[in-house]
Amino acid sequence: MQEIKRKYVVPGDRIIDGNFRPLSNVTKSGNSIFATRIGIAEATRDGIKVIPLSGVYIPRVNDIVIGKIIDHSSLSWQVDISSCFSAHLPAQDVFGRDFSPARDDMNKQLAIGDLVTARIMAFDRTRDPMLTIQDKDLGRIPRGEFLKISATRVPRLIGKRGSMIQTIEQATQTRILIGQNGIVVVSGRNADGTQLAIRAIRMVEEEAHTSNLTQRIKTLLNVPEPQPTETLSEVSEPEGQKLNGTHEPEEQVSQELEKGDKE
Amino acid sequence: MVQTRSLIDEQGLRTDGRTIDELRNVKIQVGMVKNADGSAYIEFGKNRIIAAVYGPREVHPKHMAQPDRCVLRCRYHMSPFSTDTRKNPAPSRREVEISKVMREALEPALMLEDYPRAAIDVFVEVLQADGGSRCAGITAASVALADAGINMRDIVPACAAGKVDGKIVLDINDVEDKEGSADMPLAYMPHLERVTLLQLDGILNQEEFNECLDKALQGCKMIYEIQRKALIQKYFGDEQELKEES
Repeated sequence: MQEIKRKYVVPGDRIIDGNFRPLSNVTKSGNSIFATRIGIAEATRDGIKVIPLSGVYIPRVNDIVIGKIIDHSSLSWQVDISSCFSAHLPAQDVFGRDFSPARDDMNKQLAIGDLVTARIMAFDRTRDPMLTIQDKDLGRIPRGEFLKISATRVPRLIGKRGSMIQTIEQATQTRILIGQNGIVVVSGRNADGTQLAIRAIRMVEEEAHTSNLTQRIKTLLNVPEPQPTETLSEVSEPEGQKLNGTHEPEEQVSQELEKGDKE
Repeated sequence: MVQTRSLIDEQGLRTDGRTIDELRNVKIQVGMVKNADGSAYIEFGKNRIIAAVYGPREVHPKHMAQPDRCVLRCRYHMSPFSTDTRKNPAPSRREVEISKVMREALEPALMLEDYPRAAIDVFVEVLQADGGSRCAGITAASVALADAGINMRDIVPACAAGKVDGKIVLDINDVEDKEGSADMPLAYMPHLERVTLLQLDGILNQEEFNECLDKALQGCKMIYEIQRKALIQKYFGDEQELKEES
């Protein structure tokens, strides 16, 4: 397949002519493919897509999201996942098959206001998304600082193979949970580390599209420059040229999209 | 009507010093309203307009939701201080009409079927009015929609043309609107080559109409370039083309 140059697009821009498969955020009209969002157009083996740079979160099946319990009925909790749809977490998912609304007290497991990490089990745009917490690392988040970033910045925050988030976690001694919907929970041993991590996350959000961001984050966090700690060098190995600041951050975003649900 | 002065002088210049096919100064800034999902501020001559977009978000009241597509709601509003005599802030007949035509001008460009059961709210607030505020409003609103990351087929620029002193001129300002003989606002999707808004206030013959339409289309294309630049500026900075890494 003919390779196209990756380029900046705004809605309505013609990306390429010819018989290509439209993937996400593009529309096919006649023999051309047009962008429908602001972002970076790119061609992969499967087709043409645009990596968006703005927009609210639209749920997708199998995304890991962080949500807040806002209400419950006798059979399910209602969860705010900061999208245009509020999600449902069925009580049977938590209590098991033999759940009985008369016997089990739903508030004991998840109270209103609790934060949960959950996976989107089903969503088809005709009904609200359904969540599950039956998986490793899912469930109620006991403590931490809550912050919201744009969902389009999530891949950038995670970084190539989780490099960005690991840098922040290790430098600030914190644990950071990221949902695909842009909700981040930072928990740490001391308040200073947590505050620093939050500042770093905010910086990633604001400057996500600029190059050489990792470098500036490291400066902010006082990460020793030439010889990173051993574990760190191991994980950040693949992005060797990133340290030299010669990379294009956008390219990174694209590759991370698939790994987005790492956390 | 008694004309107190001529709107085009001997050199062919208009009241504000423009030639007959010159736009007023247009400046667009993206992302002015941080609380909104997308926003734009436009200076179109003396017009000062803010457009803010919220959504897609949950529809309230719930019964307004459409099962197969998103609801687009537009509100055009002139602030009390936008004109020389105070404007009553309650929505007037004119504002209700402009809200409606604005919605209809933007709707064809949006892929509303991508967001069923949701709503997109577009707020257009005129801070200072100077003729052609509906065109400037549509121009700003479509930039704000693109900024909000809503799937769009195209961006919608809008521009008016009209007849002043027997001549067809581009981009009618306030004086020309009041004293001239015709005003024709037009919104147009440049890639799809579709007109989404066409109104005409005044009388034109067939020939004049065609000339007016051509002129307004040219104006829309010029404005489109400004919209595009403003968006690229916000998202990619000064760099207009993506550099390929070695």
